[in-house]
Amino acid sequence: MNTDTQYLQEVADSDYEHGWAVDIVSDTIPKGLTEDVICLISEKKEDPDWMLENRLRAFRHWQTLARDKDKYPRWAHLDYPDIDFQDISYYSAPGSKPKYKSLDEVDPELLRTFENLGIPLEEQKVLAGVAVDAVVDSVSVATTFKEELAKLGIIFCSFTEAIENHGDLVRKYMGSVVPYTDNFYAALNAAVFSDGSFCYIPPRVRCPMELSTYFRINQAGTGQFERTLIVADEGSYVSYLEGCTAPRRDENQLHAAVVEIIAHRDAEVKYSTIQNWYPGDSQGKGGVLNFVTKRGICKGAGSKISWTQLETGSAITWKYPSVILQGDHSVGEFYSVAFTKGRQQADTGTKMIHIGRNTSSTIISKGISAGLSNNSYRGLVRINKKAANARNFAQCDSMLLGDRCGAHTFPYLEIHNPTAQVEHEATTSKVGEDQLFYCQQRGISEQDAIKLLVSGFCQEILAKLPMEFAVEARKLLAIELEGSVG
Amino acid sequence: MTPVLEIKGLKTSVEGMLILKGVDLVVNTGEVHAIMGPNGSGKSTLAAVLAGREEYEVERGTVLYQGANLLEMEVDERARKGVFLAFQYPVELPGVSMMNFLKQAVNALREHRGQDPLSAAGLLRMAKEKAKLIGLDPRLKQRSVNEGFSGGEKKRNEIFQLAMLEPVLAVLDETDSGLDIDALRSVADGVNQLRTTSRAFVIITHYQRLLNYIVPDFVHVMVDGRIVRSGGKELALDLEEKGYDWVRYDAAA
Repeated sequence: MNTDTQYLQEVADSDYEHGWAVDIVSDTIPKGLTEDVICLISEKKEDPDWMLENRLRAFRHWQTLARDKDKYPRWAHLDYPDIDFQDISYYSAPGSKPKYKSLDEVDPELLRTFENLGIPLEEQKVLAGVAVDAVVDSVSVATTFKEELAKLGIIFCSFTEAIENHGDLVRKYMGSVVPYTDNFYAALNAAVFSDGSFCYIPPRVRCPMELSTYFRINQAGTGQFERTLIVADEGSYVSYLEGCTAPRRDENQLHAAVVEIIAHRDAEVKYSTIQNWYPGDSQGKGGVLNFVTKRGICKGAGSKISWTQLETGSAITWKYPSVILQGDHSVGEFYSVAFTKGRQQADTGTKMIHIGRNTSSTIISKGISAGLSNNSYRGLVRINKKAANARNFAQCDSMLLGDRCGAHTFPYLEIHNPTAQVEHEATTSKVGEDQLFYCQQRGISEQDAIKLLVSGFCQEILAKLPMEFAVEARKLLAIELEGSVG
Repeated sequence: MTPVLEIKGLKTSVEGMLILKGVDLVVNTGEVHAIMGPNGSGKSTLAAVLAGREEYEVERGTVLYQGANLLEMEVDERARKGVFLAFQYPVELPGVSMMNFLKQAVNALREHRGQDPLSAAGLLRMAKEKAKLIGLDPRLKQRSVNEGFSGGEKKRNEIFQLAMLEPVLAVLDETDSGLDIDALRSVADGVNQLRTTSRAFVIITHYQRLLNYIVPDFVHVMVDGRIVRSGGKELALDLEEKGYDWVRYDAAA
């Protein structure tokens, strides 16, 4: 179908909607990474001594990895030139003021930035009932609803504040799920991370609102190294939203975040992400390099961690939100939609590590590839020796839009207990010409038909997102598919 | 008066093989035409060409729809101008809800006609009313399009969509195939409800039995890519009695 190819080409070439940069006075340190830089970051962050020690330990470990290019992680189905880690600035804070007491003090230009992205803080405070911890570049500039949450004993604040005010909790849990020795980028993050979010839900408290964080990368040539730490104490519940967009940049931007979740006995954490960073232009120039380590541990019996993600951005995505099922009867879930177009490359999936007895995990991954992009699912299901009666269900569906893109599935199963029940299903389909024809025969244009079919394909995942997020997700997906329409 | 459909000397091929070898057919508004014929005679090809399937190459001939060249129109344009095809094998659209699908289709149509889009409530009301008319299980409206529908439900869903989209020309491609007698009768009832003086039907069928329930104004017999005989509704009965060999012999003679 000629018109089909043409349209898909247009989709693949369509411009990034959030591509602009805002002029904000910035506090950026020179490029390069040395112990001096680590100390400088630590000083700017006003770290306590133990944190500086942590950073230096992680940095020295990272150096042993970075010294030898053979130790760079290269196993993913991704193709990009080696990153020059000395050509990156590792700290950037918006505004000349180091701290804000209220929203009024925030650079109005920055607030306008959020408004353009459709996330006006003021309005959200009033309308949506969502507490927002907005991270622009590396420093939290606004935190809302904190007082209301505090009444319930919930702590929701920037990582910097957490280090200052809840040092004992941070020391106890930080690095307990993703130690700095875990991988190359986790080590880098532990050394240079500048800020992020911290969340603690006390025993038996059900967090009454969706907690959300918006990340943005706004400084040319600066990396973004966020850390998120969520601790759900016994019998508590929290739903956490993370949404991202970034302005257009010509040079690659490195992003290496770490997210850690700890769920104690009978606790439940639901973590939802929309990732929409700048993917680069149609020639593959620019775009965010996204190397993220996200992992949760179901520490206590009957606990549950659920990851839901919509990945549409970044030039390179390297991301495997995982769950360690340590507690008996614990539950891990991973629901993912990854959409790639242009020259984007995504290698994403999950790890479900079954340790406790009667643990169960579900993996549903939907990959959609357009243009010249490559989209891979990579997932590990490991059932340890003592994990009696573990169950896993995995379903990986890929949809190809056009004939120049790729979809790949790399499932790994390691089963060390004979009572395990593991199911894996995988399908790959081209967006069906019969389905398109059927829609068009009902008067629906080809573009609208493709949108309809793709959103149908993703429906079961989008339905897992919290409502207001799901609306945003559908909108984003439609914009991504829009091409030249409208 | 301009006919709704005017086919002249239509020859089409698929992958280099000639399927339709010169078809002539005129359909006026308000008329119901049945096209019968043995398997492989080209009936479904004719339906596909009218709807605009790309894999069929038009070698010769013309097709006018309301006086305009149908063959030059895109698939969705034909649909918006009132050409409806009830599919022999309706496809499943996983995850696409019936109501969302109908909303897009109905509103594409309304936009074409210069009407405002139908509100969610308006659409729901219309769907409810039409489902009742056709005898479609209202619960099916809550599901994804055709997903997990039985054969009969899929066919009934086609007629339901016909009712929703109110076409000028409805082509039914073997809507009766695979239906038991009860399902057949209820689908036929639906179609009869939708017969109006401003709508034309082309009903493609292998068997005469559908025509017991939907009584056509004209019957055409297609053999080997040509319409070899045309007549009134009694022709269908003759065929039932004598079989296709009768016309096949006739055509050869």
